[in-house]
Amino acid sequence: MNLELLGITVLWTFLYGYLIVASIDFGAGFFAYYGKITKRDHLINDLISRYLSPVWEVTNVFFVFFFVGIVGFFPSTAYYFGTALLIPGSVAIILLAIRGSFYAFNNYGSRSSTAYLFLYGATGLLIPASLSTTLTISEGGFLKVEGNKVIFLAKELFTSPYSWSVVALSIVSVLFISASFLTYYADRANDKGAREILRKFALLWSPPTIIASLFVFVSLREHNPIHFHKAVGEYWWMFALSLLCFMVASYLIYLKKKFGIAFIMVMLQFFFAFFGYGASHLPYILYPHITLHESVTNETMALALVIVFVLGLLLLIPSLYLLMKLFLFDADYVKGKKQ
Amino acid sequence: MELDSVMLSRMLTSMTLGFHIIFATIGVGVPIMISIAEFIGIKRNDPYYLLLARRWARGFTITVAVGVVTGTAIGLQLSLLWPSFMEVAGQVIALPLFMETFAFFFEAIFLGIYLYTWDRFKNRMTHWLLTIPVMIGSSASALFITTVNSFMNTPQGFELENGKAVNIDPIAAMLNPATPSKVFHVLTTSYMTAAAILAAIAAFAILKGKRGTYEKKALRLTMVCTFIFAILTAVAGDVSAKFLAAEQPEKLAAAEWHFETEKNADLILFGTIDENNEVKNEIRLPGLLSFLAGSSFDTEVIGLYDIPEDLRPPLWIHYMFDLMVSIGFFVLGVSGVYILMAKIKRFNELNKPLLWMVVASGPLSMLAIEFGWIFAEVGRQPWILRGYMKVSEAATTGNGVGLTFILFALLYLVLGILCAVVLIRMFKNAPAEAELERRFPNR
Repeated sequence: MNLELLGITVLWTFLYGYLIVASIDFGAGFFAYYGKITKRDHLINDLISRYLSPVWEVTNVFFVFFFVGIVGFFPSTAYYFGTALLIPGSVAIILLAIRGSFYAFNNYGSRSSTAYLFLYGATGLLIPASLSTTLTISEGGFLKVEGNKVIFLAKELFTSPYSWSVVALSIVSVLFISASFLTYYADRANDKGAREILRKFALLWSPPTIIASLFVFVSLREHNPIHFHKAVGEYWWMFALSLLCFMVASYLIYLKKKFGIAFIMVMLQFFFAFFGYGASHLPYILYPHITLHESVTNETMALALVIVFVLGLLLLIPSLYLLMKLFLFDADYVKGKKQ
Repeated sequence: MELDSVMLSRMLTSMTLGFHIIFATIGVGVPIMISIAEFIGIKRNDPYYLLLARRWARGFTITVAVGVVTGTAIGLQLSLLWPSFMEVAGQVIALPLFMETFAFFFEAIFLGIYLYTWDRFKNRMTHWLLTIPVMIGSSASALFITTVNSFMNTPQGFELENGKAVNIDPIAAMLNPATPSKVFHVLTTSYMTAAAILAAIAAFAILKGKRGTYEKKALRLTMVCTFIFAILTAVAGDVSAKFLAAEQPEKLAAAEWHFETEKNADLILFGTIDENNEVKNEIRLPGLLSFLAGSSFDTEVIGLYDIPEDLRPPLWIHYMFDLMVSIGFFVLGVSGVYILMAKIKRFNELNKPLLWMVVASGPLSMLAIEFGWIFAEVGRQPWILRGYMKVSEAATTGNGVGLTFILFALLYLVLGILCAVVLIRMFKNAPAEAELERRFPNR
């Protein structure tokens, strides 16, 4: 495995990590707001805040890690995406900023407010929508290069069926991942009331996930046939496995059995789909301007980054394990018996 | 002044950094103070210090949140506003940027654990131990980011061929000549500012009539820390001046309005300057600039006339430099006087004028951080990568920077106001005495 492939695999893995933990966070915001306006907040909001409070910053770091990493490994991504995404990127930052700080204001501040909660819930759906457009843009056709200017073709993006199908998929995925995790968390907390509400959410958002994925495939065939044929030709088995995991997960949740396994199945469902998508996207990072091999940074830097990455993991994995042990696997904490 | 995308990009970057640096400074400094207070509290079994650590940590969560989100903003803005710079410099300096995210990751994990495990461990020392990775993480973040800024001032570890960086040595790039003095200065000033702000809060509470043991102990601890960190800051400032004289003479010369290269150069404090570079109304300290630059009056200090005119930094940074240094000495003086008065029995260190000066020290220290960064950044002009790339060549060619500027200005305004409101509300309704009774009833 060469360095650039290793680099993109590592970064893709982190983006996958962000997809899971951020989805839980984003969806939880929506459910918390929904719980509040339907007067069921007393049932689910404590549970949500018990999980989110210690981990929300960590979620944010996964994202920072990904974009610092991709600019480090593939500096030309900074040039193309940086120039093109000035406005959409800035909007995404502002949404992230509102979300993060309002979460803290609401949760650590002494008074909770419905307005904060609304912003928190709404940004939870808008952020995945705006971040997913970066993946849409990477399919090509939304940037025009003229001399040394990169122009973002906003109109094409907003009128593209592919773009909207990705937005739809990102939102329903967020809700599905989040609901299936929180169902598991509520089950661990022995909180039957919360579990039933969240389980219904999970079942509600399960079919749309698959329908939205189908739309993405159909519109990708129109938008970028090369990518589409590679995805269904070479990597069809990844998507088949994804579908299988999805069915197992939904069935378990429906049966009210083994919510932990069900959530792992959801994680695997997205793992296979995400890596299938990523693998078939290569060698292009941005169609047709950036390929993996041409855009990789110099060898010295790539090697240095890989070394630092391995050392960093040695530090992070035990720390993350400790975090999960204290807040996720500690039954008393989950039940709210420990402060 | 033309508002082209270069100017707007500079304005937006300045605004983001100027806002972020407040929270970054608190983020680096306050963990040290929390750790010290909790350690003393456990060792002396003193609930006042334990409560201090708890209350500081509670306020800290709010500033951390704003620091995290604005830090994310500047991280992305580097690529959005300076894509050409990131494409070239990224080849050389991506390593510390990457390491910074690890340090930040490490800090975030342990901060999350620290804040939610106050009563979970049998041995209280276990909880205190969690402050160590938090301090390491936050200070290491500052260290790595500062190496990137140092690299922009004194780049090394690569060669430029046809606009592409070759022969790259990432470690040499990190350990460039500016790194030691800058890192030292950034860390000491962050610690000092955090201590001074916490001292200002305690002094303000005492002035408002809360004259309990809690407030007095808080003031004493924070003042002693401010004093120690202020001395270290002065040392770091001296090291920085010597570094500038040796490696980046145009910045020192512009800061000091020093035009002719000479020995026994005078130090100029404040004053005004006209278009003929005629300095008036200044306080002139003979020979002192030479002494500061090389510990001897015979040190030759390079003047601005030896620097090509288009490569000279703007002369107004002189005021930034003077304000920064004056505030540093003011805070050193105030904390020194407080400690003296506290030691000598017949003085009352809680007299009103001194307390008001302590209150002023907090915001002034933060202003000094801002002045210092403005001095450091504007003093590097016209370069973004000194000797290699100018700011004007690095900015985005994209449209819409102006709109983005307005959006971010609104964001920072809202965040700034809400952060203050939430912090005030958080402590207003929870007086320390009541919390002490509740948490430590058997005191």
